[in-house]
Amino acid sequence: MSQFKYSEQQLEKAFQARVDAEQKIEPKDWMPEAYRKNLIRQMSQHAHSEVIGMQPEGNWISRAPTLRRKMVLLAKVQDEGGHALYLYSATETLGVTRDELIEALHDGRAKYASIFNYPSLSWADIGAIGWLVDGAAIVNQITLQRTSYGPYARAMVRICKEESFHQRQGYESLMVLANGSPEQKAMAQDALNRWWWPALMMFGPHDGESAHSAQSMKWKIKRKSNDELRQAFIDQTMPQIEFLGLTVPDPEMKWNEQRGSYDHGEIDWDEFQRVINGDGPCNRDRIEHHKKAHAEGAWVRDALRAYESKKRQRLAA
Amino acid sequence: MSQPLIDYCIAQGDDALIFGQRMTEWCYSAPFLEEDLALANVALDLIGRAQMFYQYAAELADDGRSADDIAFLRDARSYTNLLINELPRGDFAFSMARFLLVDTFNVLYLEQLVNSSDSRIAAIAAKAIKESRYHLRRSRDWVVRLGDGTEESHQRMQKGLEEVWGYHKELFIETAGERELIASGVAVDREALYSTWSKQIDTVLAEATLQRPEDGWKVVGGRDGIHTEHLGHMLSEMQYLQRSYPGVEW
Amino acid sequence: MSSEQQLKLFEVFVRSKRGLDHKHVGSLHAEDAEQALEYARDCYTRRSEGVSIWVVNSSDIVASQEEDAESFYDPMDDKPYRHATHYQLPDAVNNM
Repeated sequence: MSQFKYSEQQLEKAFQARVDAEQKIEPKDWMPEAYRKNLIRQMSQHAHSEVIGMQPEGNWISRAPTLRRKMVLLAKVQDEGGHALYLYSATETLGVTRDELIEALHDGRAKYASIFNYPSLSWADIGAIGWLVDGAAIVNQITLQRTSYGPYARAMVRICKEESFHQRQGYESLMVLANGSPEQKAMAQDALNRWWWPALMMFGPHDGESAHSAQSMKWKIKRKSNDELRQAFIDQTMPQIEFLGLTVPDPEMKWNEQRGSYDHGEIDWDEFQRVINGDGPCNRDRIEHHKKAHAEGAWVRDALRAYESKKRQRLAA
Repeated sequence: MSQPLIDYCIAQGDDALIFGQRMTEWCYSAPFLEEDLALANVALDLIGRAQMFYQYAAELADDGRSADDIAFLRDARSYTNLLINELPRGDFAFSMARFLLVDTFNVLYLEQLVNSSDSRIAAIAAKAIKESRYHLRRSRDWVVRLGDGTEESHQRMQKGLEEVWGYHKELFIETAGERELIASGVAVDREALYSTWSKQIDTVLAEATLQRPEDGWKVVGGRDGIHTEHLGHMLSEMQYLQRSYPGVEW
Repeated sequence: MSSEQQLKLFEVFVRSKRGLDHKHVGSLHAEDAEQALEYARDCYTRRSEGVSIWVVNSSDIVASQEEDAESFYDPMDDKPYRHATHYQLPDAVNNM
């Protein structure tokens, strides 16, 4: 390996120059170990979020109120699985296997979006998740289409193309409820009340307190700060809330003419920490379900490998 | 307006919807992610098929009911799906055994239904046959792989097959109304498909190193609304919103 | 659980319409090529994005060593004329 000719610092300098020049880093390029680790952490967390996110929405497939809503929801949950697949696939280019990633999810080393630790309690939650949770995710993912790691950026392009359907179906479904019977409207308001703050928390801690932010920005893994993205989400969502005739559950929310942005109340960071650290209503259920399905599938995966090796032996004979 | 034709469409819709609804239970619980996606596709095909049949039934009946009303506002006794579609999900082997029996039947049936004298039915069949061919390709592959995989998968596959076997007879039973439709070239003669179905199943089971179960027991009654106890629970869950908030839009 | 060996990795290429090349879209796990093809249909063409799919066992791909340190370490800025900032324009034509 001719790399020996160069010191770590020289390689790192060249790497950073490539990143600064907005060139993509590709799987076989030299990269700092910390960059690789950081990417694996962020991408697998993203993949796990898609997988775990199938649960709160999947929870309503059997109860969807019309055939069309049932198909839309099933297709959406299936898309989340597809997105997880794109992301696992991109993460595997960094030299880890999907099994290793799943193991890290199961033993708690890897995280997933904390919002999925909240329960989906009514049909309106399905609309709210599509509109707010996917909406927040899109704001983040659009910037990640320009992330410095090639396979991640390309996966994001595919995902963003598909996500807009998710957000639109959610909003459309809430529009029907908001214009429906008083009970339906109350259902919609209740869903907004419960999902609004967790959606804002999805962008992570304030910039000053975010553990990984500064380095990630320098490496262009992240392209915009947590607070910038959160503000963009609020600004785009407030008119949508008004259009529905619903009330945002934040008495301090106010248009700031000078900034051209909304001012908002402070997020309950204690709740954020509590839920991340395991005390959300569904943390245990989510992981238990995933472990159980994975364990129950073990004999199937074993059988596939056994059949394949028998087939190869037969061909060789 | 022909009552037998309406009943026929509803029965076809019920078969597809109840099976589809059951199979959505896999959508985030399959043995691995790729299979989650594949099973969701199959369920989507089935529910879409149900919607087409119900839609046609609603137009024929022209009594103010929509396709959704037909799907969500009938009680279990009025459902006429075959029992094999409503059985609980079971393990992966049971699901694949059931798929094999149903998919093999569906392909044979739809291949002829595309020539239905009713052009609307023929059009639905033309779409459905493409889907069912793909479903069958999957279920055949799975039964062979699991049957000839490990000791455990072989045993589970054999057991799944035994458990579902007694429900296959119903696939070949025709109602009186259906016989009228067969005579007029609208529907397909089910009984006549049995020998081909049987041979095709034997071929797959042989390759899968599985034993064909004995024909010792059978359960029928779905077309008459005499169901297993599982259907009522499925419907109470499926219909919950429509029943709790009658007459609103969703 | 960790001792379990995972299913094989396949790379997926999709031709989105006639006249275009197959394009790499990602990867998936399957037992063999036939199953990989089926899953590629389910996983990568849910919106009929493809008219033709290739799957290739990832381990069968022979890749050039893109990251020869030599070429990597070649100064990235030896062609400054390729950068917009190389050209000084008067303020009057700003924002180009």
